[in-house]
Amino acid sequence: MFRYALNRLIQLIPTIFGIYTLAFFLMRVLPGDTASVLIGFRENQEALENLRRVMKLDEPILSQYLAFLQGALRGDLGRSYLTGIPVTEMVAGAISATIALTVAAMAIAVIVGIPLGIIAALRRNSVWDNFSRLIALLGVSIPVFWLGVQLQIFFGLQLKWLPVSGNGLDVHIILPAFTASLGTLALLTRMTRSSMLEELSQDYVRTAYGKGLPARAVIVRHALRNALLPVVTVWGGSLANLLSGTLLVEVIFSWPGMGRLLIQAINTRDYPLVQALVIIFALIYAGINLLIDLSYPLIDPRIRING
Amino acid sequence: MDEVTNLSVKQRSLLGDALRRMFKNPLTVIGAFLVALALFCAIFAPLIAPYSATKGDLKNFYIKPPSAEHLFGTDDLGRDILSRVIYGSQISVKIALLAEGAGLIVGTLLGLMTGYYGGSLFDSVVMRIVDILMAFPLLIIAIALIGVLGASESNLIIALALVIWPFVTRLVRSQALALREAEYVTAARTVGAGDFGIMFRHILPNTLTPIVVYGTLGIASVILSEAALSFLGLGTTEQTVPSWGKMLNESRAFMRTAPLMPLWPGLAILITVLGFNLLGDGLRDALDVRAR
Repeated sequence: MFRYALNRLIQLIPTIFGIYTLAFFLMRVLPGDTASVLIGFRENQEALENLRRVMKLDEPILSQYLAFLQGALRGDLGRSYLTGIPVTEMVAGAISATIALTVAAMAIAVIVGIPLGIIAALRRNSVWDNFSRLIALLGVSIPVFWLGVQLQIFFGLQLKWLPVSGNGLDVHIILPAFTASLGTLALLTRMTRSSMLEELSQDYVRTAYGKGLPARAVIVRHALRNALLPVVTVWGGSLANLLSGTLLVEVIFSWPGMGRLLIQAINTRDYPLVQALVIIFALIYAGINLLIDLSYPLIDPRIRING
Repeated sequence: MDEVTNLSVKQRSLLGDALRRMFKNPLTVIGAFLVALALFCAIFAPLIAPYSATKGDLKNFYIKPPSAEHLFGTDDLGRDILSRVIYGSQISVKIALLAEGAGLIVGTLLGLMTGYYGGSLFDSVVMRIVDILMAFPLLIIAIALIGVLGASESNLIIALALVIWPFVTRLVRSQALALREAEYVTAARTVGAGDFGIMFRHILPNTLTPIVVYGTLGIASVILSEAALSFLGLGTTEQTVPSWGKMLNESRAFMRTAPLMPLWPGLAILITVLGFNLLGDGLRDALDVRAR
């Protein structure tokens, strides 16, 4: 286990390196003279010179890159053009809102999706099963931003039950969290259903019934435990979609998270902030993937951990 | 012996068999119909749209609710929403096909080569890049790239293709890796076939099935991504071109007074994406491709 974890951690190094490299070159594909494009409408010779110096734009690209890496390793990703505040501080202010929304959406997806998948598998072709299929189909086809707008109109403006926008861990989070959860909810429902169906047809389930165990014990203690393994696997993969979905949801509901900050940064051409957000989004994503990989051997002892 | 020969099985082609299986599933038929509908709208928009998508009614320069005259109502410039939704299919279908096409071509070529030369330096360099790209939440990369390059139709296609090819490369590479050990490949090499001949004449045809399935499902997600990016103001910047994502974003301003306005472009996206998803699922089941 220790060697597996260590190996997996070492594998993270080239990934992080790649993330920084890609983010660096992302800011160098700007057409034309980088400095004047970056400054944009702020026509100011002094600022232009200053920026050239700070970003070392007059130096060869390799030393620019090394300087960028050095700064990045110290956690210095530059300052916002707009506010002058270090971008890491601005991102730090938005992270908690994004995490709160993501966790709430994930919770809804797990609490609704897994039981729905189980019921659908136990009662095939029942109303519940058809409902689960409908959810699975809509979950991959509905534009999340459109769903958000429709919910705002229906529950916020027509029924006036819930606030249309704003932030807070109270009634304000209900609509955004539900909107963001649908894709993951659909995925979990579908995976739980198919995985549960497969386990229920296994010999050990028949044996368990045969020795007279009550259905509840067979389903929960035997079939479900095994059925959840593949669900956990896709659950991890779905976090990427959830992060992207959260971004759109934040814009619609004016939720003060990293996604909304990214769009604001793009609209105001605040490139250091864009760069920092891309890096931090990717680092969070890589971190989550690491945790999921590390959890596999704990969940499923059958997984060989020699690699 | 005679009995056995009398039982001669009616010959069916593999493709015909798969198609027959596919259209037995009513959901697939619905999917194919929805896809056909979207394509029909995109191709024949000028013929079927009741009004112009860009010119408003100058006498009625304001939002009107749905009526017999304007089935979906009109927008803030007096333009017929139904016509705009019909014309909107053009840009959605165009961008999705171009981006998915570019992603599939680049991904397939790189996948074939990395798989065939698996273990080479070329293979490891390309796969490292794939790993790094896949370490990012891809929509965020696309958003940042368009944000930096500037919003335009071609940048949108580039950004979308950029996030598609790594997945295709991985898919095709795994197939090619397995197929290069196949006996018919060894046979082809023995009779003197060159590397490119083997790759394109022997390996490629056998990887087409998963590519077709992946491509169809991929179009569904490209349409969603395209709409999301247009919604965020990162799509086409031409004011005159109606795009579903852009229409949806603009309609949000009138949410209070015209609550039905955001409904139509969203429904159009939903129907088109649903169509490609159902068709892709049907293809996958009929061709028996194990989805990853």
